Amino acid sequence: MTGRAEATPAGAAGTTTPALDVRGLHVRYGDVTALDGVDLTLAHGRVCGLVGVNGSGKSTLFKSVMGVARPDSGTVRVDGGDPATARRRGAVGYVPQSEDVDWSFPLAVRDVVMTGRYGHLGFTRRPRRADHAAVDDALARVGLADLADRQIGRLSGGQRKRAFVARGIAQGATVLLLDEPFAGVDKASEAMITRLLRELAADGAAVLVSTHDLAALPALADEAVLLHRHVLVHGTPQDVLRPENLARAFGLDPLGGAR
Amino acid sequence: MTVIDLLTQPLTYDFMVRALVTVLVASVVCAVLSCWLVLVGWSLMGDAVSHAVLPGVVLAYVVGAPFAAGAVVFGVLAVVLIGFVRDTSRVKEDAAIGIVFTSLFALGLVLVSVTPSQTDLNHIVFGNLLGVSRADLAQVAALGVVVLALLLLKRRDLTLYAFDPTHAHAIGLHPRRIGALLLGLLALTAVVALQAVGVVLVVALLVIPGATAYLLTDRFARMLVIAPVMAASCGVVGLYASYYADTASGPTIVLAQGVVFALVHLFGPRRGVVTTRLARRRTAGAAPATTPSA
Repeated sequence: MTGRAEATPAGAAGTTTPALDVRGLHVRYGDVTALDGVDLTLAHGRVCGLVGVNGSGKSTLFKSVMGVARPDSGTVRVDGGDPATARRRGAVGYVPQSEDVDWSFPLAVRDVVMTGRYGHLGFTRRPRRADHAAVDDALARVGLADLADRQIGRLSGGQRKRAFVARGIAQGATVLLLDEPFAGVDKASEAMITRLLRELAADGAAVLVSTHDLAALPALADEAVLLHRHVLVHGTPQDVLRPENLARAFGLDPLGGAR
Repeated sequence: MTVIDLLTQPLTYDFMVRALVTVLVASVVCAVLSCWLVLVGWSLMGDAVSHAVLPGVVLAYVVGAPFAAGAVVFGVLAVVLIGFVRDTSRVKEDAAIGIVFTSLFALGLVLVSVTPSQTDLNHIVFGNLLGVSRADLAQVAALGVVVLALLLLKRRDLTLYAFDPTHAHAIGLHPRRIGALLLGLLALTAVVALQAVGVVLVVALLVIPGATAYLLTDRFARMLVIAPVMAASCGVVGLYASYYADTASGPTIVLAQGVVFALVHLFGPRRGVVTTRLARRRTAGAAPATTPSA
């Protein structure tokens, strides 16, 4: 909680400044166009579901916000300002896909959450008392206080996701990006993560979640985006789930095509 | 002859004292670095850079520059070339590494063959622990201290780089710079270690200790203790064994590390191949016995 207050610029939450503002974003990898003119605005306090086939540009959109992918044209603004500045402030939190994480890496849950504080720390990233407190708060918030000293691979699928959400909390992220957090997670854990994300949004964070679980979308998200290299639909989850819209993003057989 | 005599007698020779100090510095620095190399997946890169520094070291010798300067130039050149071949051709990374480092190593050997004072330079290829001069030792110690200090000061960044470079990006750090730092330290470490075991075997010191420690613990902080302790012990044991058995010292040290890795892999407490088999058999054997009472 302290981390959030410290990292949020005065007036960022609760004003009309969007948490995330993407305009005309084009990203190309060599000959492949990953994003072709994405426009997307996301307000603080909202959970937004990001839906699209594999290769529709969801991960590229995340990478653009994180500064990993360089846009060929277009702009990304975070909390109304320069995204690089926002990132240095710790405003952008990221929960990676399970397959992008080395789960046998010799770090404890607590160590992983502490990496959320590194942007706030000095040359050697030596944590101070306030950083340990922020990590403890974040772990308690996601219900992992008892498992803090476990090696990260020794957590269940849902616990692993919550550990990374805790990292975003400890960091003080105002924009939280989650890449397929429900893949390989059981229904009970999915409900728990959904509840956690809704709480974070209620506290003022903007949460962008890519997901293939269309059935759970209405319970998860306030709004949803159907992406296919650009934004096909941005509306309520119900808008996005309309068969004619899904057909545009997934082809003729939406539920079969969505796997 | 008592055990004490066995240990102290070799140290009556100055060259053995210098060898011992060199081995300890090189083993410890390599071992600490190896903890990150095995986790980033850069073992092959360690092999490549440690071979590719040879032409740099030879050229530095020719012009009278510090070995470290030549090594860093060629270490970085090797990595740039590997990336260039990988990104601009259909050749995959492992092949690109194989092409670049063997070519640079061959260039180094060619330079050795045309440079007068061949004896000195051949020692770089195969190591010459017993011939370490005072000046060599000073260079190894100075470089070792610098590398070790940087590794330990930046250890949290390096570990984050190994674990989640994307997150490093997302919080405004510069993973490419951290990677470049790791690479530069790798090239410097190669210089430290080639005095001890030679270019050909440096990769062993850069991989085996970290890999061994990784089998023994789930805590990175503990790896940073286990790896150097293991490497230093193997260095001392290997050096004494080579003294009494009259074997080549560098390879004997590497062999000691290989044996320790094998023992840990087979009999390690938690993940040893034999240990886990036995444990499984014990629980399987215990199961029928408990069934009637249950």
